[in-house]
Amino acid sequence: MDHRPQAWGRPRDDIYGAYDGSYLQNSGPKQATQSPVVTGTSVIAIKFADGVVMAADNLASYGSLARFTDVKRLRTFHDNTVIGFGGDVSDMQYLDRLIGEIDIDQEYELEQLPDREAQKSVELMQASNLFTFLRRQMYHQRNEFNPLWNQILVAGFDDEHKPFLASVDLRGTSFTSPSLATGFGAALAQPIMRKYAATDEDAARLTRDQAVDVIKECMKVLFYRDARSLDRYSIAVVTKEGIDLKENEQLEKQSWAFAERIKGYGTQTV
Amino acid sequence: MFRNNYDNDSVTFSPQGRIFQVEYAAEAVKQGSVVVGIASKTHAVLVAIKRNAEELSSYQKKLFPIDEHTGIAIAGLTSDARVLSNFMKQQCLGHRLTYGRNMPIRNLVEQIGSKAQNNTQHYGKRPYGVGLLIAGVDNTGPHLFEFQPSGMTEEMQAFAIGARSQMARTYLERHLDAFQDSSREELITHGLRALKESLVQDRELTVDNTSVGVVGFIKEGEASYKVDPFKVYDGQEVSVFLEKVSDSAEGGAAPAAGGEAEGEGMEVDS
Repeated sequence: MDHRPQAWGRPRDDIYGAYDGSYLQNSGPKQATQSPVVTGTSVIAIKFADGVVMAADNLASYGSLARFTDVKRLRTFHDNTVIGFGGDVSDMQYLDRLIGEIDIDQEYELEQLPDREAQKSVELMQASNLFTFLRRQMYHQRNEFNPLWNQILVAGFDDEHKPFLASVDLRGTSFTSPSLATGFGAALAQPIMRKYAATDEDAARLTRDQAVDVIKECMKVLFYRDARSLDRYSIAVVTKEGIDLKENEQLEKQSWAFAERIKGYGTQTV
Repeated sequence: MFRNNYDNDSVTFSPQGRIFQVEYAAEAVKQGSVVVGIASKTHAVLVAIKRNAEELSSYQKKLFPIDEHTGIAIAGLTSDARVLSNFMKQQCLGHRLTYGRNMPIRNLVEQIGSKAQNNTQHYGKRPYGVGLLIAGVDNTGPHLFEFQPSGMTEEMQAFAIGARSQMARTYLERHLDAFQDSSREELITHGLRALKESLVQDRELTVDNTSVGVVGFIKEGEASYKVDPFKVYDGQEVSVFLEKVSDSAEGGAAPAAGGEAEGEGMEVDS
């Protein structure tokens, strides 16, 4: 037996052969995430007269496999902000934890206020503030060559209490628009939403019901045409009164009749 | 030579449970000229007496803007105050960069509180020899905080620190009920009156030795407020405020011409 402490707990050379250290060492450069693993598909959102509607399906895919079918990709923050995540699910969970810490800090700040009435009247952080934070975080990570593999939509209100909707992606690119969509939705849903809200003025004329209908229509189109999508989805409406979040909606009135006219796929021989 | 064996550093307790270095630092605050701060529902003001080291020198500044929404008044070692002031400016800037909003005042004050407390617990360090009054506005309204070299911070409705500040505090205590609903101008007037109380015999407030700083809210519509940025008034700018508290304006026996500030008539050689 080898009595030297250095050898304790190690596989014995006389049984397993000499240890091959090359398996442990990575002589190449440090590698960060090169591609997402478990992913969520599109998030879509549209502004209306007194708020924003956002939706995302409940699917987390592993490549082309529909791996998890009850993953909630919309998150609420402080009763005035909704955040929708497309892209890598584990990076979403990391960001979720970061945001959760800010949320807790906010609650403590509120608790410091003298009375309950004062607490109610105070809005500590708006969607626009949280978006600035996320934007900095995403851009910082990309500068570290270790991006968080997401595209994120943030919906709520800005400092002037006007509806707010903005997007940031894994490169830290950020922009706002009356309607926004991530992933496949940018190609499939955005044109439909633009028909209803091309400008902020158009969006300001939309009612809540109209906006919800547009979003539901888009979710249906996405389910028809995006192979990584699901007919179970979450939808959130954020207004000054708060957030109405439904996390287990089913697509209604589907009609696959159009599918028969599509040729060139499947078992057709012509 | 030594007052006792327990005042050589700021990490050793005396048998009575006191830390002498911290107490000496508090004495340094009392050497500084007096500063007064008052907060109302809409504004927070800081007023200060400036001193000149000698006749030929200029007056040492007492009020410093930190950010758009906050400023400080100092009593004690000016050079220590500069370190804290620079730190606070950086914190406010960093917060604005990350969150796109004004830094909450309590947040900011807690940061310098921790920084100062740290000095009292490490060998080889010394406490800051300066006390601060911090005035500012954030989403929760106007605030006034006191900061002491021990690291203690506390929110105040009105307070005074520095030489002979007890007289000013007595004035503030007597008029406490009036502050909450005071206007911007009324608040300044109260501050200057408190300042006057702590003047030594034969000294008076002049445009040269008085500083006024104000920050607050301007109401814009029913639920929206705009920050009225922290502004320091020095020199001739304070004459309008001084007129309101001059002996003649206060119903004193002095003749009408006495309304002029002292510095005015001096160079007149008629």
